[in-house]
Amino acid sequence: MSETPAPLLDVRGLRKYFPIVKGMFRRKAGAVRAVDDVSFTVNEGETLGLVGESGCGKTTVSRCILRAIDPTAGQVLYRTRVGEIVDLAPMSRRDLAPLRQEIQMIFQDPFGSLNPRMTLLDNVGEPLLVNGVRSRVQRMDRVAELLRLVGLRPEFMHRFPHAFSGGQRQRIGIARALATNPRLVVADEPVSALDVSVQAQVLNLLLELQKSLRLTFIFVAHDLSVVRHISDRVAVMYVGQLVELAPTAAVFERPQHPYTAALMRAVPVPDPRVRNDDGILRGEVPSPAAPPSGCYFHPRCRFAEDQCRQEAPLLRETSPGHFARCHFAGHLELGPG
Amino acid sequence: MADAQAVEDRIAVASNWKLVWWRFRKHHLAVFSAFILACFYLVVVCPDFFSTQNPEQTDARQAFVPLQPLHLFDENGWNPWVPAIVGKRNPVTLRMEWTPDPTKKVPVSFFAPGPVYRVFGLFPTNIHLIAAATPGQRIFLLGSDRLGRDQWSRIMHGTQTSMTVGLVAVTLSVIFGVVLGGISGYAGGTADQVIQRLIELLQSVPTIPIWLALSAALPRDWTPIQVFFAITVILSLIGWTTLGREVRGRFLALREEDFVLAARLAGCSRMRIILRHMVPTFLSHIIATSSLAIPVMIINETSLSFLGLGIRPPAISWGVLLQEAQNIQTLALAPWLLTPGIVVIVAVLAFNLVGDGLRDASDPYSH
Amino acid sequence: MNAPPLLRVRDLHVSFKMDEGTVRAVDGLSFDLFPGQVLGIVGESGCGKSVTMKAVLQLIEPPGRISKGEILYQRDSGAIDLTRLPPKGAAMRALRGAEIALIPQEPMAAFSPVHTVGDQIVEAIMLHGAAGSRREARAQTIGLFRDVGISMPEQRIDAYSWQLSGGLRQRAMIAMALSCHPRLLIADEPTTAIDVTTQAQILALLRELQAKYGTSIIFITHDLGVIAQMADHVVVMYLGRVMEEGTVDDIFHAPKHPYTQALLRSMPNMHGETRTALPIISGALPHPFNRPPGCPFHPRCPDAMADRCATRVPMPVETEPGHIVSCFLHHDEAEPA
Repeated sequence: MSETPAPLLDVRGLRKYFPIVKGMFRRKAGAVRAVDDVSFTVNEGETLGLVGESGCGKTTVSRCILRAIDPTAGQVLYRTRVGEIVDLAPMSRRDLAPLRQEIQMIFQDPFGSLNPRMTLLDNVGEPLLVNGVRSRVQRMDRVAELLRLVGLRPEFMHRFPHAFSGGQRQRIGIARALATNPRLVVADEPVSALDVSVQAQVLNLLLELQKSLRLTFIFVAHDLSVVRHISDRVAVMYVGQLVELAPTAAVFERPQHPYTAALMRAVPVPDPRVRNDDGILRGEVPSPAAPPSGCYFHPRCRFAEDQCRQEAPLLRETSPGHFARCHFAGHLELGPG
Repeated sequence: MADAQAVEDRIAVASNWKLVWWRFRKHHLAVFSAFILACFYLVVVCPDFFSTQNPEQTDARQAFVPLQPLHLFDENGWNPWVPAIVGKRNPVTLRMEWTPDPTKKVPVSFFAPGPVYRVFGLFPTNIHLIAAATPGQRIFLLGSDRLGRDQWSRIMHGTQTSMTVGLVAVTLSVIFGVVLGGISGYAGGTADQVIQRLIELLQSVPTIPIWLALSAALPRDWTPIQVFFAITVILSLIGWTTLGREVRGRFLALREEDFVLAARLAGCSRMRIILRHMVPTFLSHIIATSSLAIPVMIINETSLSFLGLGIRPPAISWGVLLQEAQNIQTLALAPWLLTPGIVVIVAVLAFNLVGDGLRDASDPYSH
Repeated sequence: MNAPPLLRVRDLHVSFKMDEGTVRAVDGLSFDLFPGQVLGIVGESGCGKSVTMKAVLQLIEPPGRISKGEILYQRDSGAIDLTRLPPKGAAMRALRGAEIALIPQEPMAAFSPVHTVGDQIVEAIMLHGAAGSRREARAQTIGLFRDVGISMPEQRIDAYSWQLSGGLRQRAMIAMALSCHPRLLIADEPTTAIDVTTQAQILALLRELQAKYGTSIIFITHDLGVIAQMADHVVVMYLGRVMEEGTVDDIFHAPKHPYTQALLRSMPNMHGETRTALPIISGALPHPFNRPPGCPFHPRCPDAMADRCATRVPMPVETEPGHIVSCFLHHDEAEPA
């Protein structure tokens, strides 16, 4: 680590507004600011956890990076395999096509993400086929290798997805994501639909694959303990904005934003001896179509002052590598989660 | 346990169509109906083989001959025959009155020679499924009509026309529906708006009058074949709308499916996504829907022809045959003229049962 | 506890007869629920916890049926066996909703979208004769809304369920469940569909209401954290059978069954080491038509003993006062073959 290389992914000022249309003539009546000025970087080989409650924009961010949806504004700078830095945000479908091999996705729903009418060979082998591996024998070899890699028997390749359990299907989904040797994998809640006993297996698999294949992960999830377990750094989102970004240990031990602290306290502790209702967050997440004035979190924040109601805080670096969007970041007694 | 494992392995490698078939197989009524329909389509392929005589052959002296039911056995065992019928003119009404003659039997045989016809209009032959053992002898399994034409043979030919109209009209509707619905659902935007408004317009027009208008507009001097195709096209032009809507809905829903997004992220082309991922997903459903649309088409054709606005004699269809049964006096005299109605009911029921079975089986991943 | 149990489930069997075979969803389940107790039933998908709930409410639908066992519900006049009541009969209908109430996982599906939430609760109150007039029932409903922490209850009572946020909807559902002062409340994954900060609010609310009214609660969930926070007594289920049962402290601090131990170990938590392999439960849940013989957990059990676990089914035995375990590591009593 003598010289820090450029980050693999550098997201700058990403915005995604969904228009609210009204009436017969589809007049634009406003916008849902699903993602509102989000910036972060992801270094090669690390896992960035993206957490937040439903509607916070974490999924929209991940879809914008994958260009499954088109961002409204901002840059998604990606360092390609050959070292060139390209902006994914404005790229056309055609220009994007070769880069698709490098950026892949793992889905949440193990039942909906595989085509039920195709065998594993066709499901997992499809990215190979459309990227030029025409020979069926070659594809079979590669699919067998991939299935072995994710802990499934290669003989399974002629089976259909309905023959597999949720955990096995998630492994199949991972195999498909890995088919084209990607460098960046966006995992959207990959374990939240799985049973506890299977969840650990899949998490272990992801950690193992990351090490052996030098993968970079963006891990989107709502479960804080899972994110804590798998991430090097964690980004916390609230109503379309990034409120805190720091190395995992720092986020969980010295949170700087009151929302992060409250989020961690809300996680039910699997220990009956620790029952504590203190610091439960009041109220509900505001709608991104009509966010509150000033700091979006102020109506629920127990530290809120007049400044918070009027002035929107900026994301600022409070200690090296630790960013928080709070006027009083670093000056609040938040304690560990 | 080994058995359970074998079953699981068999299911594991079963394709979508196999799963559909396994589920369809469980609907016994639907399977039975499918068999009936298969028989109908055998008739469609070669109606002459199943006829006992030329459906156009008239004989004024043999008008309104009653049924001559087929008997397979007599007191000596296997010996197919039909009862002979003798006619006597009633001196008061001057009408022929037919009575079965119990003393005489008309022997019939299977796969026997009869009138010459051409299979598929190409290969001449004279073999029929049933024919009188004596050449030239006419038998009327389902009686005869007012011109002395054989009702059984006419039903066989009517089956060919009516079933073909249903199938072709539905095929055309499926093509219209899938193409237009697909454009509407996948492209969206203006194309979607235009197609949706067109569908609404077509659906808001009362169907019977529009058929009447369209078929009345057909030139009188067209041959029966031309009329036949024109009627088919008219039926399908109006029939595609429901299917079009359905296809559009499926496209819209499928666009949001994870596996479609996965295909996009894998780098699949638009065409591949549509043909490999989207269409197969709703194909079985479309087939089920179409099999439910065929009976509607058949009923439509029958109604039009019954009203004299569809297929016109000398072409024969179920509707044309039923036209003969319009007159209540004729019906009182010759109730067997209603038999085409029974055939229509059986066909429509069978189609509906098969369609229901297919619909239930069409999504094997639903549970 | 000196009072007789409010609910005694004895040797309950629920099976689903399908074309492919018979699924034994609940296979010889017994437990007691005492007045004022919160009983947690925890297990992974397919363990039979939801089917158990449906059996108590007599909501099992064909092809499922209760094939054996008793569900004894204690009333002042004596115990009645719910399995003997016709599911759609007047007696069961009078119990359901009034004495035994349900909080479902998805309140959106439980409320009708065409009636206001308030009307539906008023209707329930009137149906069970808990109020003399509609005006009185409405006043009660507003009181209930206040109890469950819905702000502006006078206005919210006239809202439709789809106008409420997820958290408010679940609060309204709790108000509905409490409207007839039930003696037994069944909560079926009540917080699975909502976000973690809202979940913390709902759990705190349920605890508060339970302390206030002394209602007995059966709390069904797959989330061990939630169980630790909510339950007094815990039943751990696997493939339709009780693996272990005991006080919440015993289950979390002195688990005896290898399944319970493995479940607790495999969960990522908020304090352990990160980015290391989690201890896992190997294998996957067996297919419901393919139940293993012997102990249902033995194929995945790290401590399985070759001589007995695969052939005999261990009975649930009280090895210590109040602590029941079905495992040959702790006793040698098997179910009669």
